[in-house]
Amino acid sequence: MSTDLLIPTVLVIPLSWGVISLLLRSRWNPSFALLGIVIQAVAVIALSAWIYREGSQSYGLAGWEIPLGIELVASGLSVTLLALTALIALICALYALFYLRSYPRQQSYFWPLFWFLLTALNGIWLAADLFNLYVGLELLTLAAVGLVALNADKSSLEAGLRYLYFALFGSLLYLLGVALLYGGYGTLALTLLPDLLAPDLLTLLALACITLGLLMKTAIFPFHFWLPPAHGGALAPVSALLSALVVKASFYIIAVIWLSSYDALAIELFWTPQALGFLGACAIAYGSWRAFHSQHIKMLVAWSTVAQLGYLMLFFPLAFGTAEHAASLAWQGTLLHLLAHGFAKAAMFLSVGTLVLAIGSTSIKDLAGISRQVPMSLFAFGLSAVSLMGLPPSGGFNAKWLMLQSALSSEQWWWVVVILAGGLATAAYIFRVFSVSFETHKDTDFKATHPMLDVTALLLASIAIALGFFSMVPLALMELVGFQWLGGEQ
Amino acid sequence: MDTNLAYALLGAVLFALSFVAFFTLSHLLKRLMAFNIMGSGCFLILVGLPQSHHGVDPVPQALVLTGIVVAVSATALALILIRRFWIEGGGACLPEHQSSSEQES
Repeated sequence: MSTDLLIPTVLVIPLSWGVISLLLRSRWNPSFALLGIVIQAVAVIALSAWIYREGSQSYGLAGWEIPLGIELVASGLSVTLLALTALIALICALYALFYLRSYPRQQSYFWPLFWFLLTALNGIWLAADLFNLYVGLELLTLAAVGLVALNADKSSLEAGLRYLYFALFGSLLYLLGVALLYGGYGTLALTLLPDLLAPDLLTLLALACITLGLLMKTAIFPFHFWLPPAHGGALAPVSALLSALVVKASFYIIAVIWLSSYDALAIELFWTPQALGFLGACAIAYGSWRAFHSQHIKMLVAWSTVAQLGYLMLFFPLAFGTAEHAASLAWQGTLLHLLAHGFAKAAMFLSVGTLVLAIGSTSIKDLAGISRQVPMSLFAFGLSAVSLMGLPPSGGFNAKWLMLQSALSSEQWWWVVVILAGGLATAAYIFRVFSVSFETHKDTDFKATHPMLDVTALLLASIAIALGFFSMVPLALMELVGFQWLGGEQ
Repeated sequence: MDTNLAYALLGAVLFALSFVAFFTLSHLLKRLMAFNIMGSGCFLILVGLPQSHHGVDPVPQALVLTGIVVAVSATALALILIRRFWIEGGGACLPEHQSSSEQES
């Protein structure tokens, strides 16, 4: 087998697993899924190793080359994101193998949707043109909505429908932008567009549609309202996948498109990066405030996602219109935040899922006494919280440190205030959980949970912490081939 | 004005009309239809605009074909969810639109 084929392989494996698990009897699904997890992990490791040795590679599907064919590009950035996806999805799948034993009906639908979700994510990381990104986004939405509505009760269907309508609208805005760009320039390839873009009304309108549509799908304030019920109401492994990975995909597309188009439009866009950063600051403030006032533990974690997504938006004021040094620090900080938040938030949702199983209630008040009864889940929750708050040593700390340095070196002190205040606000809502967990006055019945549930959550949380020591590994891999195909940015 | 540009403009009008409908209507089925018409408007722009600039072009037609498949699957999923939501006693609107729908009827 030639190494070229590794690129489509990471798409074909989850796709075929998704189709086959639709046909399998549900009792075969867990073991079949386990097999797929192992194979997918091997494929991603092999692909990453190859890219690390040889640099960025591309593959034209069915031998057709750009501009006619569909091209897949595996760069340092995309294999880093592929590895992140594989690692989080696979650990969540291990968790789901044990967690879903309490949900036999949901189990048969979970696995096909899980594999389709993985296909869509990998497709987005590897896509090299705007239309492929659209198809990836839509497949991602459909799979994610299916997973949200898995319980098929009134509240989960409501959350699913609200999510679906909003996400579909966001995709159409994105598609409208894509249509305008194709109308103006006759190509959709991310490699070709940056050199062609002219600062005219059509291009600006297209960029506005694309950015707005994708902000809706990323649940950035003020378009965040669909996220908490969808992420907070779903099953634990689903919430983990959605918060850790799905919302990141649409942010990644905004970032890639802005990186490739900003140079051509810098003068016309002069205040927009600051405005986008302001939305991020609002998201941090409002998300943290709502998390602090949540009555239910899963809603607290979901609102925390809204707040943490706000940090991603600080990328715009820090990276656009600033000096090269500050911009590159901002890019590294944002990507590290994306990785660290992915691991930490997945760990947090998994540990909270175990807690909820153990105490049989989602109310924060009922958490009294968990520090004695289910210490391991609480420990995993705490470890992931360290990274979310940005305490050293953790991936979250390094990410915020890089962003702070970027803000200082571009002399935008107001973003320094936002980054620091956001960390304090995170600490405030996290310590609410801890203050209740050490109370002992109540006697609740605790159900025993499978130890693997704690092991997987702990594993993810430790990766988030370990990123604090090994941040250079993903950053080096991303720098490796970086943005050759994005018009030489960075 | 050539035909292709007229198609693109028609698409823009459709998009704008269904945009308004999508946010003002409350019935889930009506909003789903608005979404479908919005999609058609998008497809008209996707085919019309490039052809009016660069002449006949097969690529947007292939893109629209893919887009239609995506829209059909999204519609199917939405229909299933709406039906189940109705069966579970959720009614035909999301709660945030419920009061306005009562005024309508």
